[in-house]
Amino acid sequence: MTESNFLRELHDPDVPVPEGMQSSVAVTNLRKLADTVYNWGRRNSIWPMAFGLACCAIEMIATASSRFDQARFGMEVLRASPRQADLMLVSGTVTKKMVVPIVRLYNQMSEPKYVLAMGACAIGGGPFKEGYNVVSGVDKYIPVDVYVPGCPPTPQALLWGLIKLQEKIDKQSLGNANSTPWYGRGPSDEVPVPVLGPDIVDPRQAHLLRREAEAVQAQMVQAEGEEN
Amino acid sequence: MADQSPAVETVNPVDDAINHLIEKFGAAVQRDTRDGYSGVIVDPAQLVRVGRYVRDTLNYEYLANAAAVDYLGKGDHLEMVYHTYRVSGGPALVLKAQTPREDAVLPSLVPVWPGANFQEREAWDLMGIRFDGHPNLKRILMWEGFAGHPLRKDWKEAYYEQDQKPFDSRWPGGQVSRSEEHNAYGKNVKYPDGFTLDDYESLAEKAIYDTMPLGVDVSADISTDRVVVSLGPQHPSTHGVFRMVAAIEGETIRGLEPVMGYLHRNHEKIGERNTFLQNMPFTDRLDYFCSLSNNLGYALGVEQLMAHGARWEAPSRRAEAIRVLMVELTRILNHLVAIGFMLNDLGAYFTPLMYAIIERELILDFFEAVTGSRMMCNYMRFGGVAADLPASLRSTANQVNDRVREFDTMQYLRELIHDRLPRAVDQTDQLLTTNEIVTSRCIDVGILSKEDAIAYSAAGPVLRASGVPYDIRRAEPYSLYPELEFDVAVRYHGDIYDRYLIRLDEMRQSLRILKQILPILEETKGQSFFSGRGGIYSPRVPAGESYGRAENPKGELGYYIVSDGGQNPWRYHVRAPSFINLTALEQMSKGNKIADVVAILGSIDIVLGELDR
Repeated sequence: MTESNFLRELHDPDVPVPEGMQSSVAVTNLRKLADTVYNWGRRNSIWPMAFGLACCAIEMIATASSRFDQARFGMEVLRASPRQADLMLVSGTVTKKMVVPIVRLYNQMSEPKYVLAMGACAIGGGPFKEGYNVVSGVDKYIPVDVYVPGCPPTPQALLWGLIKLQEKIDKQSLGNANSTPWYGRGPSDEVPVPVLGPDIVDPRQAHLLRREAEAVQAQMVQAEGEEN
Repeated sequence: MADQSPAVETVNPVDDAINHLIEKFGAAVQRDTRDGYSGVIVDPAQLVRVGRYVRDTLNYEYLANAAAVDYLGKGDHLEMVYHTYRVSGGPALVLKAQTPREDAVLPSLVPVWPGANFQEREAWDLMGIRFDGHPNLKRILMWEGFAGHPLRKDWKEAYYEQDQKPFDSRWPGGQVSRSEEHNAYGKNVKYPDGFTLDDYESLAEKAIYDTMPLGVDVSADISTDRVVVSLGPQHPSTHGVFRMVAAIEGETIRGLEPVMGYLHRNHEKIGERNTFLQNMPFTDRLDYFCSLSNNLGYALGVEQLMAHGARWEAPSRRAEAIRVLMVELTRILNHLVAIGFMLNDLGAYFTPLMYAIIERELILDFFEAVTGSRMMCNYMRFGGVAADLPASLRSTANQVNDRVREFDTMQYLRELIHDRLPRAVDQTDQLLTTNEIVTSRCIDVGILSKEDAIAYSAAGPVLRASGVPYDIRRAEPYSLYPELEFDVAVRYHGDIYDRYLIRLDEMRQSLRILKQILPILEETKGQSFFSGRGGIYSPRVPAGESYGRAENPKGELGYYIVSDGGQNPWRYHVRAPSFINLTALEQMSKGNKIADVVAILGSIDIVLGELDR
């Protein structure tokens, strides 16, 4: 955001400002000022988690390196610990075995936190979707803010996704607990960690699975009754 | 340096070996007489004895590959296939053992070839063959407690649609629906009776820690607790989602178990549903630094099968030259990045990697111009390559201000190969080789002896750094390599430092090869780059088996392919160098400090895409 843009956005249109001063003065209310300053700080210091899953992670590293230079956006500080990270770049295929640590890491990240699904696999399973160990999209388990398609996305595409994330942050407001759950009262809910059983089981779906199993069993009992 | 022109053999050495085996073991060893197959079928009761004889007396001491095949409806048995090689070079002696599908048991070959360890665990995990005498038989890619053995032909995944592609729902009608909609609850999953989540305890983690040596160690006068540390799967220096569980005493490693499967993307199951050609883009995603080398290995495997069929024409000289060009550029790219990553693990946070990526971008500019993609090139075809080299390409090379400029392709290659890359290699050498931190952390750490390297089936730079001059480009040459002049790089100490130096050596040899390839490209300009007929959706592949192997930057990449004459491979197995090189990780790490394990892992150079497949 350039300086004049910044002021224009901040300015309350109902308050008149003398001519000739529009480019250097903005009159606004406290909430709007807090939002803008807060978002401006946050959008320019997003620390991604150093967390590569698969092929896309290599393009992620390429994005961080000199030719594409992620540091231009204040995003070059890759943190290995989820506690220090603001952004989880899900860069690659999410397998059933891996989604357990991913959900746990997401729960460990401190708020505000964002998730960017990079590449076809993280978005929806991609070319490996039919596989027995592949989750068809990380958004089946954790909320995703930005989707960047590609297999793998080029560094330019990833940069586009990061800019989109900045735009999203610009629109967030301290007063709106619906769009930004971390400004609400009390801690936000943790995502339940999936269980590796005979197949992966999402605890949130357990009751649905039980209902299905009971329906199948009832059908079998009925079929047996008809045979007899 | 290996022999440039191998002496003409009057007797095929493999035939000779098979005759020896039959003479020695009688009815326990039979020739595999199925059409298109080779090797011998061994009676399981005699398998270990035959293995010992093959290793010690016949000198086939290197077990390259062990794969299981399910012959459902074609004899209804499971078959374990072992490819053994002589370290001095030459073709494979293939051993096979069969077992019924119900209650499948075979004797373990780990006592003969320790390198079979992970491969047998994989066969148990995915195919359900139990190995008698295996030291640690549990699942390796899936988690303990998973229902069923997924690579069996009658096993169906949660999103099962059809046995073979192209699926009716997509082609020719094109009515695509999302599989989670018509099979929302994974009806194929076999839950045990009365399964509920309420009191379920997952076996996945428990199985890993059960075998770790815990407790208290009492040495002379001081007693220390053994502590188990889990590194990964989310860890900055495990190169992706790899995980190591180490039992440490103080800071010294006493036991270490690699835990993998966090990127198991079911390459083989999907590969058996795909048509032969559909697998080509999937091979890109195995070792995602070296997609072109993966392509070549797979093309070699299928071409071996197609060579038996009618209407087969070998790739033209231009196609072979382009292949070698691509593969050797990939090798340089991979080694530069591998060294960068290794230095990352030594604590030089990202700087060497940044240097490597500068050169990588220049090579990727060329790849993108030729194949259309930076990383996932999908370029090789059965009988050639997908496209000729373009006349010109766009890159930022040699520009101070990073402006994109148009280059003549051959001119670009000449600058890259004669000027830019040699300087990059020399620069790496200059900055790192005598660096004090590098030398003090690397020399004499993580030693793998020559005997161990062969026994553990190590491949590529790891094998050659231990003093074994085994390079498939010389041992079983393919493509244009017989006529190209280069040396097989060897180092003799088998420590981290040698594994670093050998990558520098190999880059220099690759540059030597590339300098010879450029004139061949000039003289073959205008020749066809593809010997098959254009526009064929699915090439005809005759029935039989083949093992296509290529010397990838990370080691021997092998594709064991069984065709039943249909349009999909019946069995498609990938022998991944990253996976099998890890078998020796515990051996290399024991007795070292925990900080060194990270460096040792970096020196093996693993890539998760191919490790877990």
